[in-house]
Amino acid sequence: MTGWRVDVGFAAGEAEAEIARITAALRDTVLGRLHRRGAVIALSGGVDSSVVAALCARAFGADRVLGLFLNEAESSPDTVRLARRVADQLAIPTADEPISPILEAVGCYARRDAAIHTVIPRYRAGWQCKLVLPRVLDGDRLPLFSIVVQSPDGEQIVARLPHAAYLQVVAATSFKQRVRKMLEYYHADRLHHAVAGTPNRLEYDQGFFVKNGDGAADVKPIAHLYKTQVYQLADLLGIPDEVRERAPTTDTYSLPQTQEEFFFSLPYGQMDACLLARDHGVPPSLVAEALGLTPDQVARVYRDIDAKRAAARYLHAPPLLIDPPGIPGGWGP
Amino acid sequence: MHDDPTDPQRHLRDFIVTNFYIPDGQPLDEVTSFLDAGIIDSTGVLELVAHVESRYGITIADHELIPSNFDSIGALARFIQRKRGRDGGSNGGFNDRLAR
Repeated sequence: MTGWRVDVGFAAGEAEAEIARITAALRDTVLGRLHRRGAVIALSGGVDSSVVAALCARAFGADRVLGLFLNEAESSPDTVRLARRVADQLAIPTADEPISPILEAVGCYARRDAAIHTVIPRYRAGWQCKLVLPRVLDGDRLPLFSIVVQSPDGEQIVARLPHAAYLQVVAATSFKQRVRKMLEYYHADRLHHAVAGTPNRLEYDQGFFVKNGDGAADVKPIAHLYKTQVYQLADLLGIPDEVRERAPTTDTYSLPQTQEEFFFSLPYGQMDACLLARDHGVPPSLVAEALGLTPDQVARVYRDIDAKRAAARYLHAPPLLIDPPGIPGGWGP
Repeated sequence: MHDDPTDPQRHLRDFIVTNFYIPDGQPLDEVTSFLDAGIIDSTGVLELVAHVESRYGITIADHELIPSNFDSIGALARFIQRKRGRDGGSNGGFNDRLAR
């Protein structure tokens, strides 16, 4: 194999066809197979949920799509503002469901803060925090999380998270995604709608979601699309520039955190290309040349992709049965 | 095979077998890659790091958390012995821990 051209996006005309294909599949799936009459979508002000909402509005009609605003105390101010903008543009009904009171009640913040406090004794409620991973491109470090905390004065402390503290921080923080999903299903049941999940291919493939949190949904209309392709659809669907230009963020921790710091090892365009190349057996040397990286860096990204896929098997696994009962006409795989 | 009580290999193997799932027929010798064999994932590495620091009285720096130090029983045993050698007599009660 000589030379490799990065070719992740849709060619001319393909993106329009993909929009038509997805909207037809949404009608078939939600109306025909699930027998629900519309869709509920949690709007984050990011490009993925905006595209899913726009696709659902095309598939079912705007009045059969409900957009939810599920912000909490640590959400970026942009989250609700941009989510509202998208909902207004699509003319879909919306509901405000601030989740901080629920998170307070279940101890999301207190449990997380208690775990951080075991590692950084000076950490107090009111400080900000985020998790970060070592950069895959910079070396061969094992992907172990560190916590970054910042005092109200702006002083930052970084510490590697030991096993128990790491698990508790993640478990407590996952209340955010699980509470949001609980409210999405409340509204879906109330309206006899389906819940539309918003992962793109990178997130779905690599396990960038919380099991039974944002990983739960009745239909995931863009889980097969690379992020590059999602942006192409966003352009055609008229998603506002400000949403399309916003850097992908987790919007989960109180300190600003990019998806690259928390999970993916490269900007989305390069990550798309590496995932595509990994799945097509393209040697690291050719990918490196195409992306301006070194072969060693691409080899490390490949290993990281494989490791995340292995970890994602648990996240994707349905409840496992010891002896599947084999229900006639059931929903087998 | 590893009768030397100060050789970490036997203790590391016991820890791995006790705390992680090793499928029947899965070899676990001193060169078996934990990550490639799917024995330990990144969360498991955290557990292993905590155990090694506690048992052997060493502090592992961020830059030392690399596969060549942690991805097999043999690699980890050599890493621990290098760290102990570097730390000289200040071994954080290593011999006491071994005696437990």
